[in-house]
Amino acid sequence: MANLTLVQSINLALIQEMEKDDRVLLIGEDIGLNGGVFRATEGLFQRFGGDRVVDTPLAESGIMGTAIGLAIGGLRPIPEIQFEGFLGTAFDQLTNQCARISSRTRGNLTCPLVLRVPIGGGIHAPEHHSDSPEAIYTHTPGLKIVMPSSPYDAKGLLISAIRDPNPVIFFEPKRIYRSFREDVPEDEYTIPIGAARVVCEGEELTMISWGATVIQCMNAIEQSGKSIELIDLRTISPIDMDTIANSVNKTGRCVVVHEAPKTCGLGAEIAAGVMEHCFLHLEAPVQRVCGFDTIMPYYKLELDYLPDAQRIGKAIAETLAY
Amino acid sequence: MPVETVFEASIKHVSILDEHGNFDSALGDGLIPDEDVVAMYTHMMTCRHFDEIAFKLQRSGRMGTYPENRGQEVPSLAAAYVLQKKDWMVTCYRENAGLFWRGLPMEKILLHWMGDERGNHIEDVNVTPLAISIGTQMLHATGLAWASKYRGDGAIACTFFGDGATSEGDFHEAANFAANLDLPVVFVCQNNGWAISTPTTMECSAPTLAQRGLAYGMDCIQVDGNDLFAMVSVMRDAVQHARENNRPTFIEALTYRLGDHTTADDARRYRDEDELAMWEKRDPMIRLRNYLEKKDLWSQEKEEEQLASAKNIVSGVVKYAEEIDAPTATDFFDSMYAELPKELQIQRQTMRTSSLGQDPSQVDVTSQEEVSKNG
Repeated sequence: MANLTLVQSINLALIQEMEKDDRVLLIGEDIGLNGGVFRATEGLFQRFGGDRVVDTPLAESGIMGTAIGLAIGGLRPIPEIQFEGFLGTAFDQLTNQCARISSRTRGNLTCPLVLRVPIGGGIHAPEHHSDSPEAIYTHTPGLKIVMPSSPYDAKGLLISAIRDPNPVIFFEPKRIYRSFREDVPEDEYTIPIGAARVVCEGEELTMISWGATVIQCMNAIEQSGKSIELIDLRTISPIDMDTIANSVNKTGRCVVVHEAPKTCGLGAEIAAGVMEHCFLHLEAPVQRVCGFDTIMPYYKLELDYLPDAQRIGKAIAETLAY
Repeated sequence: MPVETVFEASIKHVSILDEHGNFDSALGDGLIPDEDVVAMYTHMMTCRHFDEIAFKLQRSGRMGTYPENRGQEVPSLAAAYVLQKKDWMVTCYRENAGLFWRGLPMEKILLHWMGDERGNHIEDVNVTPLAISIGTQMLHATGLAWASKYRGDGAIACTFFGDGATSEGDFHEAANFAANLDLPVVFVCQNNGWAISTPTTMECSAPTLAQRGLAYGMDCIQVDGNDLFAMVSVMRDAVQHARENNRPTFIEALTYRLGDHTTADDARRYRDEDELAMWEKRDPMIRLRNYLEKKDLWSQEKEEEQLASAKNIVSGVVKYAEEIDAPTATDFFDSMYAELPKELQIQRQTMRTSSLGQDPSQVDVTSQEEVSKNG
């Protein structure tokens, strides 16, 4: 058992899967000698060499598109895009190509790759380095999407993602890359994709989140003193609606928290699912505590944009009072 | 003849004032009036000092991530010197010297990197905001040139980008559009040797980046980007070609990033110290100062005088940027649309996204809020 940060846990998962399976290779910008801009691939170039840890030209569409070819060609590529803000350049290859390989070959060809992308705000980063575009890709059929909220989950989910026969986007919340450590088993283990985790059980209200905001939710719940059930989705596509419905049918109240803008964010999908599955059990309208429907501001105002314990706490109080 | 050569090309390299102080009089005499060379050297001193202070602000926690410009002052400055006020300069983020020469207030750049979007509110200077996503801006320059041609206003666009950006598809599309649509664009690639940790040789297998422009049928030239005279010379030709013939030019300016990629980077992890030492000797300011001193246009006394002036200017800029009132939390709504949609108006007014938070009349939360505060 090692006490690791989230980024160290990712590093460990990559090492273990690369040692186990020589089809696994990493491609991306500055991932080699430099170890990645967040050091997620630190030491891997030295350990596995330039054929398996490949610094590419500066071209996100190129990274994504060649990863598709590598995957169809029998390998298990793990492309990295440095920041979520640069995913736009890879968008066509990701959504119109990668996500459709299985469908458009009637399952004859598959595209087993894991696209690693740091995501979200809260680290005083420049423009285009703090966005939360996960809903855009959740709206793309054919992709699985995972977002861990802890070092333990990061390792188990990443190993599952690498072994998954489908394309998986592995979003890494950069705000918690190094913000806390956790015991992470050195032995390999997997956490199933598609299953949410009940972080803490409660009776009065169900709170749903993923990624870095899970931490804000835990703080808000602690401060509220209420009996609140917190669900960390872990996988945001496909969404584990069973776990959500079981909880909301018990509590009757639901608050969804995410960093991304409100409109057409995942909160909307979850609220619709709750309406469909829990209609007769609901005691209050589902509430969404989200980023605003604006461009993510530069860092002087980013904390005004991001949901914090205070804003979540108000929603808890209002939902319980309804 | 079954096999014949259908195309041959070569790339020329231009150097006028080299790192050893050699000056090519045939090319350089009369190119820039002495007083302008002095003005540009003093400007570079101010920019260099600005850069050093910006770096220190970041290191002392007073500013966010900052990309040092040190060593790359010449290409953008030479362009700004040659361009007219009506022309557009479309940059990435290592062109402070040119932007400031055009009249962009220095505090705008500081505010930008201090995470304050008022730094992007730029009036009366034809520049676009710093392009952070690599390689996006060359297409915008191409569109701006297109608009000028359409309107017939005689303006051109000059765009700046790094060696790494030439790997992006958008660069190739911009070059192809500009050449095929006969647009007055000057593409200036600041080849500083490194795209973060990736050397130019891993971005391009051809011997020059300049020849990338050849594929699109535009004039291409390589220039010593640390040589003010050579840079002004090739810029003049390219700007004239654009303005008179509506034709683009690709300029590869060889320079070097003396600092890290940004303050979040540590180039010692991947860059050879000998290489850095070699390029420090090629610092554009060293050769320019020697040139001016040799012509008796500069002295130690003037150097000290100008350094004091630069410190004075930059400390005023820092004071302004640090003492400006904090932006208000609603600021990020106000420029979203010409007219704010209703939901956004409500979000702005309440600073809430949840429906009960936006309409508190639906609930009585007094008791719960007390619990929340006490909890």
